Order: sequence, then structure tokens, then C-alpha cells
Amino acid sequence: MAVNLQTLSKRENLLAGGHRACAGCTGANILKQVMLTAGPDTVVGNATGCMEVVTTIFPYTAWKVPFIHTAFENAAATISGAETAFRALKKRGELPVAREKIHFIAFGGDGGTYDIGLQSLSGAMERGHNMLYVCYDNEAYMNTGIQRSGATPLGAHTSTTPVGSVHKGKEQHRKDLTSIMVAHNIPYVAQTTPFHWRDLQQKVEKALSVDGPAFLNILMPCTVGWGFDPAIGMELAKVAVETNFWPLFEVENGRYRLTYKPKEPRTPIAEWLKPQRRFQHVFRPGNEHILEELQQKVDDDFARLLRLCEATAD
Amino acid sequence: MSYIPTRELAEGGIITRAGNSVEYKTGDWRTEKPVWVEENCIHCLFCWIYCPDDAVLIDTSGEKTRMTGFNYDHCKGCGICAHHCPPAAKGKAAIVMVRDEK
Amino acid sequence: MEQRYVGLTGNEAVATAFKQARPHVASAFPITPQTEMMHKYAEFVANGEVDTEMILVESEHSAMSAAVGAAAAGARTMTATSSAGFALMWEVVYIAASLRLPIGMAMVNRALSGNINIHCDHSDAMGGRDSGWIQFYCENAQEAYDHGLMCWRIGEHPDVRLPVMVNYDGFIISHTAESLHILDDDDAWRFVGPKRQDVGYTLLDVENPVTVGPLDLTDYYFEHKVAEMAAHERAPRVIDAVYREYGELTGRVYAPVERYRLDDAELVIVVLGSTAGTAKEVVDAYREQGVKVGLLKIRLFRPFPAEAVAAALAGRKAVGVMDRSASFGGLGGPVFTEVRSALYRRPDAPPVHDWIYGLGGRDCDTTQIASLIDQLRDVAAGKELDTVNLLGVRL
Repeated sequence: MAVNLQTLSKRENLLAGGHRACAGCTGANILKQVMLTAGPDTVVGNATGCMEVVTTIFPYTAWKVPFIHTAFENAAATISGAETAFRALKKRGELPVAREKIHFIAFGGDGGTYDIGLQSLSGAMERGHNMLYVCYDNEAYMNTGIQRSGATPLGAHTSTTPVGSVHKGKEQHRKDLTSIMVAHNIPYVAQTTPFHWRDLQQKVEKALSVDGPAFLNILMPCTVGWGFDPAIGMELAKVAVETNFWPLFEVENGRYRLTYKPKEPRTPIAEWLKPQRRFQHVFRPGNEHILEELQQKVDDDFARLLRLCEATAD
Repeated sequence: MSYIPTRELAEGGIITRAGNSVEYKTGDWRTEKPVWVEENCIHCLFCWIYCPDDAVLIDTSGEKTRMTGFNYDHCKGCGICAHHCPPAAKGKAAIVMVRDEK
Repeated sequence: MEQRYVGLTGNEAVATAFKQARPHVASAFPITPQTEMMHKYAEFVANGEVDTEMILVESEHSAMSAAVGAAAAGARTMTATSSAGFALMWEVVYIAASLRLPIGMAMVNRALSGNINIHCDHSDAMGGRDSGWIQFYCENAQEAYDHGLMCWRIGEHPDVRLPVMVNYDGFIISHTAESLHILDDDDAWRFVGPKRQDVGYTLLDVENPVTVGPLDLTDYYFEHKVAEMAAHERAPRVIDAVYREYGELTGRVYAPVERYRLDDAELVIVVLGSTAGTAKEVVDAYREQGVKVGLLKIRLFRPFPAEAVAAALAGRKAVGVMDRSASFGGLGGPVFTEVRSALYRRPDAPPVHDWIYGLGGRDCDTTQIASLIDQLRDVAAGKELDTVNLLGVRL
């Protein structure tokens, strides 16, 4: 699947400008990049959250494909209904416009996916709908004011886990949703970032080509929520991968494969944390244990991932 | 802006004009803006792929797509494009962020 | 038109009606006492009697969400629930109506928790009376079947485009086998007809993309709601027309309210659902004794037929409203509140009292209704009575 920026540039950008994402929002970029491969014959659903809100403020919409938002926790259920309708109408020869295939993509933030949306996502995946779920993971409930989510890393300052004199940010590690999705035995699960545009395009292509459900977890650095200069959002996605915090891998029918192996030794997690204000306290005296725990978790998880790659290789 | 007359609102509160957000100018959000230095541009299109706002203008009519400038109606001045412009590493940035005088 | 005389439970009757409407998609999650309706429907599908795509979701919230997704993609979509299941899908119920999606729902009325109770009362549907759905209350399996066919013609009408809730009492109607007339599959299909693809919007028209469910700020939400209200103002005319057409076809002519021995009635019982059947028996018994009592059954609860209700009750000596749900802290139950509101400021408005009854499936028998009529006679004779009363409970 040779894809380069020249070939991508010939495709229509299906997310119009004039949406109201923050300056430097890597999430808006994720939507654009996914749609570059999905194309115009796509129905998009979006959970309540940043992306849905900023792209569809009545009477404006940035979407140039059919789009539906209903509620926070049900993007997967809603899209599973639309996907079923497509099959039902096609079966009876009643499609409004003739199409052999339409892609069904549900977008949700980590809020609407890891937490409140987990049930409806799980149900849709188990039922085997021919759909793609894309989680843009910015590691907190950003749209409502940066509250902690199940995806927030240990130690992060959020508005509901603020750093104070007694407590120093979130006190639990983040949930491993990608593994939960693998456990649903769906044909395709993968992680990627918007910085790694070629990796992202290839994974979207693969996800849309499988027969059945697919899930993509895409890291979404958030300039406001994480506290960094908008210009370095993509850079932070790159560093997250170089530190092994966000490995780029895919799981096809249970087989794990790294799609990118950072050079060894991997970048220390501190390099990723330093530019983010939500972690600045981690570098103050007395908080070393947080940094140690974070580093240990990243290394343990990556080692485990490598073992899974080895164990499932054929 | 004037309101859509109530009797003209689409039933169900839907929006029927796809992509009409282009009519909403977010360019005035900027404090800095990217300036294109054409002679340094290698038309790698990194700026185009990383832009969140469809604010990088490209010309796809030729065999090779070329970058042609910025859509200042929607550019929010985030600076991602300038940050990733490859020639900048050699001191020949094709995109320079400057203070946006309104 | 020839119809078949069969014995079916309410659940089977509604399943049959829905089957005959050939929905493209069914999205539902089980809950007592709705379950047998979906079991029956699943059998129809398994045997190829209908080709509905079933989405056997993992919760009621997802049931309504998937139904909304399917309906927004132009599919004729059915669902069914009761009680806590309805409560769980509550936010999406409002969304379905505001997105103007003509989903058909079988609502098998059951009490809301707590404590958990699987039996009939109207607290579930009454909890959604403000949601924007068209709501019918059926007295028996026949009415449930008939409305299971008519709901599609009503909801999908271009002037309406609203979801329709067909209520029928849990266990009492849903699980009781009754004799009823049903249409032939072909006749039913001819009446319901295919879902018109030229009405409303669809996500599947990728050549004309629409954005459904955008964010409304303070500048447009109100206007969108007013447009939704307007659909409810147009609905009664459509309902009357469908009722008329169905009546000509089947001989069963329905109206938003049913007037039973009302013409010269001095005392009137107002009631919804299956209790009307019991109440009619008691009305007949009292009539034998020369008591001028009648019954007003409200069939269409949303949009509320205020004028028809007021016209039917004006000038009476005493009216007793029966509410099979409570509104805690309110002055009476929901039906009472609507009825009194409809009568407000009419110079001939009668004294109206409320009886909360039958909560959690508490059987409402002829003795209870007799005592209600006796109290109405007291009211008519000028005796004082509490505005809101309880019927059939141990105090």
C-alpha cells in the first residue's frame, strides 16, 4: 500500500475549514487524515465531545460526508444502527443512491470510548458490524474542562485530579483499552498517531478493508488540556512513540505486530512529560516516585507487547 | 450575522449544507501567522498534512502537487506547519511565523 | 375486507402487526414483560416470515441509539421496551423525537423501580410524556394490534415525522390471550405501505450529505423545539385521517378518546389502558341500578386531545380520573393534571378528583371501581372529598 503525500494530496479534504477546534488541535487533524482515506462514501458518527462540538455548531458543519451525533456514550451503537440500515435497505434494493459499499466510522474521544462509551462499543464490536471505531485519545474529558478519564496517565494534573499539597494528580494508571478491543476478537485493532501520517493512512486503509469491526486508537496531544505550545502537538505525538509510551502496532486476527520500532535505547519518558504543564510537578523534588512509576509502567507494557508480538507470530 | 428564518429551518434540526463551516472565519483567532517563503519551499506537503484547519493551499492541477500559500480566513496561527517545515533545519525555513498585525 | 379471527396474547398481537409492517431494522433489548414480543418477532425472522435485520443490542440505551442510527439512515425501525429499560434509554428517547425519526415502539407498561417490580403500571411511559413521542394507550390485544399497524402510517407521515409509542399493559394485555381480528399479511402491507424514501432525510444519501444532531447554542435550540411542537400540532389531523381509513378497511373506527355510555352521564370515570375494560363492566352494573355513570377512555395521550376531553366532561356532576402512576409531590397524577388543565376556566367544568390506583400491578377489580363510583356519587351530592385519593391500597 504505497501511500505518499503526493497521492494523498489528490484526495478531497472532507473536513472543511472554519471549524472551531483550538489552534493546533491534533484531533481535527486526525479527523481530516482518517477521512482522506475513508473518502466521500462514508457515514460518520461522533460521540459528544470536542470533535463533535467544534465541527457542528448550528448552522455550520465542517463535515462533507453524512454525519450523525446523538449522545455521549453511544457513537458505536448509533453507527451500528446506520450500518444495519444500509445492509437492510441494500438487501431490498431500496438504497437512496446506488452504492456497493459505504464505510461506517464512529469517532469518539477517550471519554466517550474508554469510559461512558465502553459498553456500547463493546456491544457493537461483539455483534460484528462492518464498521470502524476511531478513538481520538487525548487522555481526559477535554470538552467539559479537562477532567480525568480512564485514559489519563498516572500523575497527570487534571481539573478533577489537580496537583495540591496532599494529592499530586491522578493516582491510577490508565486503562489499556487497546487490549480490551483485542480481547473482542475483532479482525483489526491498531494504535497510531497523526504525526505518523503514513502509518495512520495504512492502518485506516486496513481497518476499512476488513470484513467486520475494526478499532483504531489514535493518540491526540491536546494543547489546552496537556498544556503545551500549539506548535508542538505533532512533535509530542512523535516523542510519545519514541518513548514507547504509545507504541505503533496492529493486531490482525489476534496476531500482534509492531509497525514501528523506535531506536534503542528508547527515549526516556521524561522527555515526553517535560513539555507538558500537566506533568510539570513530576519534576519537583518529592515527586520522583511518580516519574519512576511512569517509566516502569511504560517499560513493562512495552516488554509485554514485544512478548505478545513474539508469541502470536506465525 | 442574521438568523436563518425559523420557517426555513430544516426539520429535525439538521444541517443540509455540507461543509458550510468555510463561511465562518476563524482567522481572527490568530496572534501569529505563517508566512510562506516560496523560494525555500520543497513542496514536501508536511504543512498540508499536519494542518488541522484546511488552511494550507495546494495546487493539485499539475502532475506534482505544489504548496501555494495559506488560507488566512481559517488559519489559526498554531505554528505546526512552521515547526515541521524540513528546510528550517538547514536555516532555510519555507514557513516563518510572524506576529499578526490586525 | 376479510380478517382472521385468532387467539393471541398482546405481545404476540403487536409482534404480528410489526411483522406485517415489514420493518427494515429491529433494535431491542429484553425486559419483562416485553420479552415475549421480541421472542415472537425473532421467530418470525428465523422462519423467514419477515426479513428484518435484528440488532440484538447489549442495553436499552443502545437499543434506542441503534434505532435512531437506523432510522436516520432511512430504515423503518422498530423497538420495544418496558419500565427500567425505557428509563435507561430516556435521553435517546428525546433525541429520537427531536431528530424527527418515525421509530415504532411497543411499550409494555411496567412499574419503575424502586423497589423493583415487574408488573403493570404507567409510571414508565408517563415518565416520557414530555419526550415528543406520539403516545397511544391500548385497552386490549385488538387495539394493540391495530395501533401496531397504524403507528407507521402516523409516524412516517410527512406532516408528522415523529416516533410513536404504542402502550399496552404489562402482563394484563401483553401476556393474556385474547380473541382478535387480524389482517391478512398482504392487506396489512397494502395499508401500511413501504417506507417512503422521499420523506425526511437519510444518512445514506452520500451525494447529499447531511449533519444530524449538531450543537445548538442559545440562538437556535428554542426555535428547533418550536418546530417540534408544530409537528404535534399537525399530528391530530393525520391521526384522525389514519383512524378513518383504517376504520373503513377493518370496521374498527378509533378516535383519540372513546366515549362509553357518556351521553347522559352525570358521573364519569376517566381511564387509560386495560382498566377501561374492567371499568366498563362496573359502569354497566351501575347503569342497571339507574346510576347515570359513563366512562371516557383516553386512547391518544400525546398529543393530548384536550378539546375532546373537555367537551366530553363539560357539564358533568362529578369526574373521577384514574391514574396508574403517581407524580410524587405533585397535585395528582399525570392524567388528572392533563384533564383538569383541559377543563380550566370552562364555565361548565365539573368537580374532578384523582384516584391513584394499580401501582406495581396491584389488581384493580370491580370492587375498587365500584367504590370509586360511590365516591363520585358523594361528590355529586355535594360531599367533600380529597382532591387526590388512593384506590386499592392497604393504609
